[in-house]
Amino acid sequence: MTAARSRLRPRDTVRVAFSGLRARPLRAVLSALGIAVGIAAMVAVVGISASSREQVNQQLDALGTNLLTVAPSQSFVSEAELPREAIDMVGRLDAVESVSAAGIVPGTAVYRNDEIDPNQTNAIAVSAARTDLLDTVSATVASGRWLDDVLSAFPVVVLGADTAELLGISRTDGDVQVWLGGEWFTVAGVLDPVPLAPELDTSALIGWPVAESLLGFDGAPTTVYQRVAEGSVDEVRALLPATVDPAAPEEVAVSRPSDALAAQAATDETLTTLLLALGGVALLVGGIGVANTMVIAVLERRSEVGLRRALGATRAHIRRQFLGESVLLAALGGGGGALLGGAATAAFASSREWPFALPVWVLAGAAGATIVVGALAGAYPAARAARMPPTAALSSV
Amino acid sequence: MTVTTAEPVIRLRDVHRRYPGRPPVRALDGVSLSVAPGELVAIVGPSGSGKSTLLNILGTLDRADAGEVCIDGRDVGTLSDKQLSALRAHSIGFVFQQFFLSPGVSALDNVADGLLYTGVSLRERRRRAARTLDRVGLADRLRHRGNELSGGQRQRVAVARALVGRPSFLLADEPTGALDSASGAAVLKLLHELHDGGTTVVVITHDHGVAAELPRQVHILDGRIESDEYLAGAS
Repeated sequence: MTAARSRLRPRDTVRVAFSGLRARPLRAVLSALGIAVGIAAMVAVVGISASSREQVNQQLDALGTNLLTVAPSQSFVSEAELPREAIDMVGRLDAVESVSAAGIVPGTAVYRNDEIDPNQTNAIAVSAARTDLLDTVSATVASGRWLDDVLSAFPVVVLGADTAELLGISRTDGDVQVWLGGEWFTVAGVLDPVPLAPELDTSALIGWPVAESLLGFDGAPTTVYQRVAEGSVDEVRALLPATVDPAAPEEVAVSRPSDALAAQAATDETLTTLLLALGGVALLVGGIGVANTMVIAVLERRSEVGLRRALGATRAHIRRQFLGESVLLAALGGGGGALLGGAATAAFASSREWPFALPVWVLAGAAGATIVVGALAGAYPAARAARMPPTAALSSV
Repeated sequence: MTVTTAEPVIRLRDVHRRYPGRPPVRALDGVSLSVAPGELVAIVGPSGSGKSTLLNILGTLDRADAGEVCIDGRDVGTLSDKQLSALRAHSIGFVFQQFFLSPGVSALDNVADGLLYTGVSLRERRRRAARTLDRVGLADRLRHRGNELSGGQRQRVAVARALVGRPSFLLADEPTGALDSASGAAVLKLLHELHDGGTTVVVITHDHGVAAELPRQVHILDGRIESDEYLAGAS
């Protein structure tokens, strides 16, 4: 009997902490809510940005990263163009799998009809497009059809996604015409947005022959698109300027559109960090709420502390009880927040038709953060409860 | 269980306790007291007599400034706070005037909490709690919550909680103070029954009527023991 010790099993510590919360459910839920908001914000921010990145990755997988674009480098000379032979020259490179091109028809604009003020160009470019352009840039037709060898010879136009919207055209049944370069062109089709060649979204694409015959197009391409064998992208990239324009290779710019897409996903990270910090502030405020709740709980429950001391609880048991309560409270909020944040991510991703991605480290981080916040918030109140002399605790009633 | 000259459960020798202030309050002023196993003792005194301080000293919730306090054969003055907690967990059963039951918790679990700090498993705590509730006549109230019981029943649950750890003695602070006379009488009857079964019980009260029913009465006034009387025919 003399060796008997005062002992509280770990499982009973949790049970006691939990019963403390259960005695005041509304208060527990409200103070857990603060933590939940912080965790939900952080989980959602990371989840949404991960989903967005995942979407870009999947898109890149689908579109391929082997598309190279050649265009005149930015210069003061407006309407810069590439040599007419560029397409054939590029096609002769071994590693090039397919080549296509588009050429802006200079001084030409497209209007909904011939009554429109000529200044209202909407910044839509009229481009002559080769019939193989669609495959090379992995573009798809939203409605209607793409230009073929026959259509290319007639006044027929295919609109980029933004162009169609700007002109207010959705019908592609051959009855709709637009006023293009002083001629009526029939709308044959509308493209989906083209991620690898966004300049096509704001273009009106017509056949190469008809551009030459009807609009005085000189046949010089503005942009040459080529698909390159996967392993040779860098090699071809180095060769392209001299191939396209041996006389003035420095006036040729080569770009890889998939790089731009990936970079766009990366720039989101600054915003993500900022939002994450905001979530952290919310978590901090939530932690202060928990600390406040715990301080009040300790003051209110002096007689309970006294009773427990009388039943044989040591100071450490009392401290552990209140610390456990605080951590449990925070964990409750953290769990709720993680669910909330996950749900927000899923909802947002599905609204954008993105894949759902939530890295495991976020959930582990959220769990860790709540435990730390709960422990910090509970440390002072718990120490205070443990320091209460048992007699004071009992006589306060 | 008859005990004659065994080691006393409680032995105070010349215990002093004063609280700082101007002038300082001498709550206990040289108290010596010995309680043998199996006794049923009333410590009687008006408010301010020092009986609450004596309760705290006997319950090891407070320490004496001077003098020797031996509880269950252990010198309290030499024990650490942790060891005192262990002593309370295993050797002392507290009964309070205000019961201190958890209102939303069943009678069974309230009693089982009496063993919470002994390291016994929940299943075993509940098993012993059920047995102890049976002993105090509440076998049919195991599932009732604290707030569904009458005052007398609550105090009986509190007695069961004090008893469940088989302590060396029960320390009851005004156990009938919050009860009507019928319920109070029932609780006193229960304490008598426990005493008859061999349990050592110390009742602290200001009520002379309550004290008069107990075999030994220790009167305390101004921090000193005035008289220590045994009723004729008491054990």
